[in-house]
Amino acid sequence: MKNKEDKKVLENAQLKSIDQELFSNAYPETVAPLNKYMEKLANWARANSLWFLAFGTGCGAIELRPLLTSRFDIYQKGIAPRPTPRQSGVFIIGGYSSVKTLKRIIRSYEQMQNPKFVISLCSCSINGGMYFDSYNTINQIEKYLPVDVYITGCMPRPEAIIAGFDKLKERILAGKTEGANKYVENFEYYKANQKKIIKDWDMPDYNW
Amino acid sequence: MKTKQEAIQTVGNVFGITAQHDQRADLSFITLENDKVVPALVHLRDVEKYVHLVMITAVDYIEDGNFQITYLLHNYINKTDIGVRTLINRDEPIMQSAHELWRQIATYQRELHEMFGITFPGSPRMEENFALEGWEGPPPMRKDFDTLQYSMKTYSNRSGRKTHDPKRYMKEQLKQDINKVYTDDKSTGDKNV
Amino acid sequence: MFELDRSKYPPNKDGKADYDIDSHKYLKLWHGPQHPGVTGNMSLELTVSGDEIIDLKTHVGYLHRGFEKLMERRKYINCFPIVCRICVPEPDTNEYLYSAAVEELSGIEIPEKAKWIRTLNLEMSRLGSFLMWLGGQAGMFGMGSVGQWCIAHRDYILDLFEEMSGARIYHMYMVPGGVRGDLPEGFGGRLEAVLQKCEKVIKDSEIVMLYNVVLQARLKGLGVITPEMVDQFGIVGPIARGSGIKRDVRKDSPYLIYDQLDFQIETEDGCDGWARLKVRFKEMKQSISLIRQIMEKMPKTGELKAKMPNPLHWKIPAGETFVRAESTRGEYGYYMVSDGSEYPRKITVRGPSYTHAMSLLEYMSVGLNLADIGGLMGTLHTYPPEIER
Repeated sequence: MKNKEDKKVLENAQLKSIDQELFSNAYPETVAPLNKYMEKLANWARANSLWFLAFGTGCGAIELRPLLTSRFDIYQKGIAPRPTPRQSGVFIIGGYSSVKTLKRIIRSYEQMQNPKFVISLCSCSINGGMYFDSYNTINQIEKYLPVDVYITGCMPRPEAIIAGFDKLKERILAGKTEGANKYVENFEYYKANQKKIIKDWDMPDYNW
Repeated sequence: MKTKQEAIQTVGNVFGITAQHDQRADLSFITLENDKVVPALVHLRDVEKYVHLVMITAVDYIEDGNFQITYLLHNYINKTDIGVRTLINRDEPIMQSAHELWRQIATYQRELHEMFGITFPGSPRMEENFALEGWEGPPPMRKDFDTLQYSMKTYSNRSGRKTHDPKRYMKEQLKQDINKVYTDDKSTGDKNV
Repeated sequence: MFELDRSKYPPNKDGKADYDIDSHKYLKLWHGPQHPGVTGNMSLELTVSGDEIIDLKTHVGYLHRGFEKLMERRKYINCFPIVCRICVPEPDTNEYLYSAAVEELSGIEIPEKAKWIRTLNLEMSRLGSFLMWLGGQAGMFGMGSVGQWCIAHRDYILDLFEEMSGARIYHMYMVPGGVRGDLPEGFGGRLEAVLQKCEKVIKDSEIVMLYNVVLQARLKGLGVITPEMVDQFGIVGPIARGSGIKRDVRKDSPYLIYDQLDFQIETEDGCDGWARLKVRFKEMKQSISLIRQIMEKMPKTGELKAKMPNPLHWKIPAGETFVRAESTRGEYGYYMVSDGSEYPRKITVRGPSYTHAMSLLEYMSVGLNLADIGGLMGTLHTYPPEIER
């Protein structure tokens, strides 16, 4: 049995001392895959019920609403929007992220349960897009969050988003989406990048 | 019903106009001294019936060392606009606050404070952030703030981005001489390429 | 009419409500940037006492990209693709206003057919944006099926835009000098079919919404705006028209070819959310009638673009101007200053939500129930990207 003192803890240095008791300072852990056939079954279940968080972080969110109508009908693929990160498995980053939104994206992403996937829409999240010289938008989302699938476009059509979801399903079934574990393994790297641009960090280091 | 020209005439007689520019039949811009602006706005709103404040904005004239603040007013009776302009010093940008005249001015003044650094003493909620959070740099809309350099330095960039100056790139593609000026170049600007 | 007794709420000094947060009578809630509706990313910091809202502060900036700074770094011809991204459901108003301001400053006159196509574009975009709003407003009160119908029919309009300009959402079709291309063959027939479908969905939504007792009880008396408040706050658009004030930029300062079209300014006298709902239904029908008139009266042939100087070396003489248009939310305006060089000196975008979502929402939400705040944001049709650009 592991000694409790061996476990790493987070510093949560930027929280006020009265808030330190309210937030957990446990370090996030990686989740090992199940044994071979159970993992295949689990992957099949995950791929066919992708619930995404209904948070439209940028422009790209406007093409998410037509997906729910009967013309594109993503309900039949098992994809549904959820209001809270606790019930969702996919985070769709809809385009550009300003620094203020990135703080909320990180907070929501960390609150999601494992396994979680990230789909990133539009060219603004890939290399800054047409706001590459803006003082308030980030240029490359994968330095702050691990991304599984990129869907290019400005903005991608609903058919393109469905194709992106199909690609994500393929990767899940092949067992290649280890974004959540990658985030924990490179935790220091991601946190350092995030804290470099989010100057007023008044959250815990990991938002459980 | 008074016309726009008559209203400007009255403002000029009472407050003194230093410059005027008539852009269209229904739009004119007048420049006033700093301390005459708020009384002129009150006069235009109550007497000349320019009751709708469209916007307040600022323009940075860095080579002259001043900011120009523009107040745009609209009259619904004769359907005209008057833009009241004033110049304030760029190094000490302070302007009298007009937040008691219209309820939305407080928001415009907050934005100008954040984007340009102009202070409006007495305006409510000035110290709160408007659109930027955790911003530690200079006011971003000033002309001496280089946004490209800030973005390249602060936010990590994906390698492989190439930018092409279109004129140079087209000449290279067509295998023409970059330094030569072509006489059938029908540009309206200068001929120095 | 519902009159709020503000004496029992903490007084408001300098924009801050004067209450004691440590007295444990109040709770601070965060109605964050994630909204279940069309209101975009704007967060509200609420102070509630039980179920009543005491104080509300709007926080914007989640979608701030610094457009005005970006446009100063781009030449005049490079700015027009970026301008339509300021307002996502209704990008054509921005494209038109940018082109109109540039054309006015540089003295370019656009050909007649281009004006008609531009007006057609603007009216189609208004219809699409109203349909999206209707879905959002109904959804705020639990009527999700109206949202599904309206978004589905908006998709038909987006298909028409795709035929015309090549893209569903960001058309980049109105360039300085005219429009980018002609209407395709048979466009009129397809447009008429879509309009008939939209008429049916508007009629269905009216039956579902206007005869619904629950919706009447919730919307009547919600967000009362008296006619005196309209000029104090700078309220424009369907919100002012819902209080009986007859103002419409298309009639007062006609632009493009609106003076050749036949329509009335639609008003209602209720001053509350119910009246604004009825005004917007009337405006949707007005848009459909305007589109039909445009297709009838449009010249069949004509030039589409004026003769333009070389766009890479285009210097516009120094000057300033202000152009305005009527968008779904109200009066939209562009203030442009040029200084004789190839880059604009300053472009300021005036969005109608600037006044509606900040000072007006903060004033009107005192005393509301928590459940109604979404409905209030819907009836004011707040849209954050045009606040912080």
